[in-house]
Amino acid sequence: MSQKNYMVFKVGEEEFGVDVADTVSIILLPAITRVPKAPEYIKGVINLRGEIIPVMDLRERFGRKVENTEETRVIIFNVDEAPIGCIVDSVSEVLQLPQENVKGVSELGDNMVEEYIFGIAKIDSRVISLVDLEKLVA
Amino acid sequence: MDMSQYLQLFIEESKEHLQNLNANLLGLEKSPDDLITLNEIFRVAHTLKGMAGTMGFVKMSTLTHDMENVLQEIRSGKIKCNSQIIDVLFQCLDILESYVNSIIETGSEGERTNNEVLKLLNNIITSNVGVQQDSNEEPAPAPQEISEKKPEEDDGFVIDEYCQSIIDKATKMGFDAYKIKFVINQGCLLKSARAFIIFKTLERNADIIKSQPTVEDIEDEKFDFEFTVLIVTKASEEFLMKELNSISEIDQVIINLVKKRSSEVEEAEETEKTGTIEPIHMNKGKIPEIKPVNKSSDTAIRPKAGKTVRVDIDRLDHLMNLVSELIIIKTQLESAEVNNRSQHYNESIEYLERISTSIHDAVMKVRMVPVGMVFNRFPRMIRDLAKELNKKIELNMIGEETEVDRTVIDEITDPLIHLLRNSADHGIESPQERKKMNKPETGTINLVAYHDGNNVVIEVQDDGAGINIQKVRQKAIEKGLVDEAIADSLSESEIINFLFQPSFSTADKVTDVSGRGVGLDVVKTKVESLGGVIEVETEKGKGSKFIIRFPLTLAIIQALMVVLGEEKYAIPLNSTKEIINVKPEEIKLVQQKEVIVLRNNLIPLIRLKEMLEVPGDGHADNKEITVVIVKKGDKTFGLVVDDLLGQQEIVIKSMSKHLSSVKNFVGATILGDGQVALILDPNALAS
Repeated sequence: MSQKNYMVFKVGEEEFGVDVADTVSIILLPAITRVPKAPEYIKGVINLRGEIIPVMDLRERFGRKVENTEETRVIIFNVDEAPIGCIVDSVSEVLQLPQENVKGVSELGDNMVEEYIFGIAKIDSRVISLVDLEKLVA
Repeated sequence: MDMSQYLQLFIEESKEHLQNLNANLLGLEKSPDDLITLNEIFRVAHTLKGMAGTMGFVKMSTLTHDMENVLQEIRSGKIKCNSQIIDVLFQCLDILESYVNSIIETGSEGERTNNEVLKLLNNIITSNVGVQQDSNEEPAPAPQEISEKKPEEDDGFVIDEYCQSIIDKATKMGFDAYKIKFVINQGCLLKSARAFIIFKTLERNADIIKSQPTVEDIEDEKFDFEFTVLIVTKASEEFLMKELNSISEIDQVIINLVKKRSSEVEEAEETEKTGTIEPIHMNKGKIPEIKPVNKSSDTAIRPKAGKTVRVDIDRLDHLMNLVSELIIIKTQLESAEVNNRSQHYNESIEYLERISTSIHDAVMKVRMVPVGMVFNRFPRMIRDLAKELNKKIELNMIGEETEVDRTVIDEITDPLIHLLRNSADHGIESPQERKKMNKPETGTINLVAYHDGNNVVIEVQDDGAGINIQKVRQKAIEKGLVDEAIADSLSESEIINFLFQPSFSTADKVTDVSGRGVGLDVVKTKVESLGGVIEVETEKGKGSKFIIRFPLTLAIIQALMVVLGEEKYAIPLNSTKEIINVKPEEIKLVQQKEVIVLRNNLIPLIRLKEMLEVPGDGHADNKEITVVIVKKGDKTFGLVVDDLLGQQEIVIKSMSKHLSSVKNFVGATILGDGQVALILDPNALAS
């Protein structure tokens, strides 16, 4: 039975998952330098151990309330072989999701979901939207 | 087996060997009788043959094999080395290079055949038939394998020409050359360890030139109970004998004098000529067959190979990142509020500072490479150009050891090739013309590199005709670059600047070499993109000089730090001209755009805060403003900033590829407090 590990995090009250293999690290919200005329969803750049990494605010990208709390984190993902940071409301856990729990978007019908969601996983009473990072950045 | 990791190694080493081959062939061309150069060429060809054979590159190994044949004939004096042969060898080199390039790209040698050049190589040998045939029939042996075929002395030890030349040199320097044969006790259990002790003892008093079997074989115990070494030493026989006899488990030590130091030159020469070796301490026993030597051990006189490690540039970049990080942490520690800082704490911080600065310098040094890496291909290029153009040109290279950052070295090659071609084609005159002008027939091009503060300067000078100012002026008018009336009033340097205009060539005829109009403008663009400048000095009939000046590294630059609202930005210092304060009433409007007048020049203003959409208040109209005057190419403009933080050395880091759509910045840097500051790109701001 094939199963995959997902990094599960919260934006607003909703839970999202990204393939854990694409995750580089999780850090506290650092100082962000604004980049003028960058795409709207890019908050700016940060210094991660000497590397300049762009940061995207998923709360803004997903249209949720932007409020920094104790739980706010930046998850660094590898997208297209380059790291990018995503601000999320909290990081939940790494979850093993059996393939049969995952439904592709096509099964859910059109207009139901945003284009950067490629599937929905149901486990117990939780619903986790699986995010396609490349679509998110494009 | 995974060959790919060996392939990378093969490619790297082949490149190095080919470069070596190139340099030595050029050397051989200058002095065709130089045995050491010839031997070096032989050695390289042989190594390449071995490497190519191991990797299964058949064409490469056959070609190098046939090269060896020819070289062997030259070494043995059967063929006299002439320019024809060297041309053929150069052809071989070109083909080898094309194979290696093809291997880099496709992993295989490619389709190119080498039959023609193989024929040429064989012709060289067959045209000398009658002298000797043997090396035609058999694969040419490696230098050491030759020893098998030479008339063998009773112990099978042969001093080849290479060793002979070392011995000759050594004896001139006051060394005696000895051949020492050791027979180890048959009961000895660890014979290689015993041999090791013998070598150690010898090395204390002498330099070992050659051993038979090789040191490697001896270490692997691949020998019977005897081995022979050739040494040069200042110690006396008696002394050596005493030293060696003190080692246990050796049955016999036989010392033969090969050549005495040259205070007794005549005597020594005689020994050498007749090849007789005068046994001093014979203790004849049975002499078993000694295995042929495959590889000669390193010698004392051969140029010492530096101990180096190949490192991927990415790893260095990573190291560099870590070091920058260390420096940031150090700054944070320094500024940290610590209650009752003890003296001890302060001392430790200072120590940390010194260390981190040293590490930073060391890492920067590691990234530096000598410009010789680029230069070494030029002698060949000039040689070929000279032949093609029927000119006599000598290239002198000075300051090849000048070091520049890895990031720069690849970028300067093309501009230099352009300039050298330019000098060879347009600069240096034909031998006939030069004679008429009372100049030596051979033209000289000097390629000079040196450090000048934080810059590297490379000059390409030729003693040719110089730039014909009139011709350039004429051409500029023809091309409609300038009015005839204005052209007359232009200064020489202004005229010369036309050379850097796109598609500007004064060559009367288009040659293969230059004149197609792609040239100096490309050089200029390239040099400027590196943050450098190019200047020209010329004197009619005496020659011209192109001077390129560019920063040592592209990774670290001097920058002017400025403040806009709450944000900090860096402006590369090499493009800033001056900083002025401007009163509101000095700002004029031209076509709805703000300009200022500075020394009779109209300079457009760019309000950075607005352009970069910096949050905060708009500009106050009634205050004096600070303007940074920036010049990029021929454009000058003023950047309005809120405040200046001063000059700072910054490390340029590239922006993420996710931000490739963002213009206006050349990169970002990390400030002392760990924050990121963006580096403005004056080019993009101006457009």
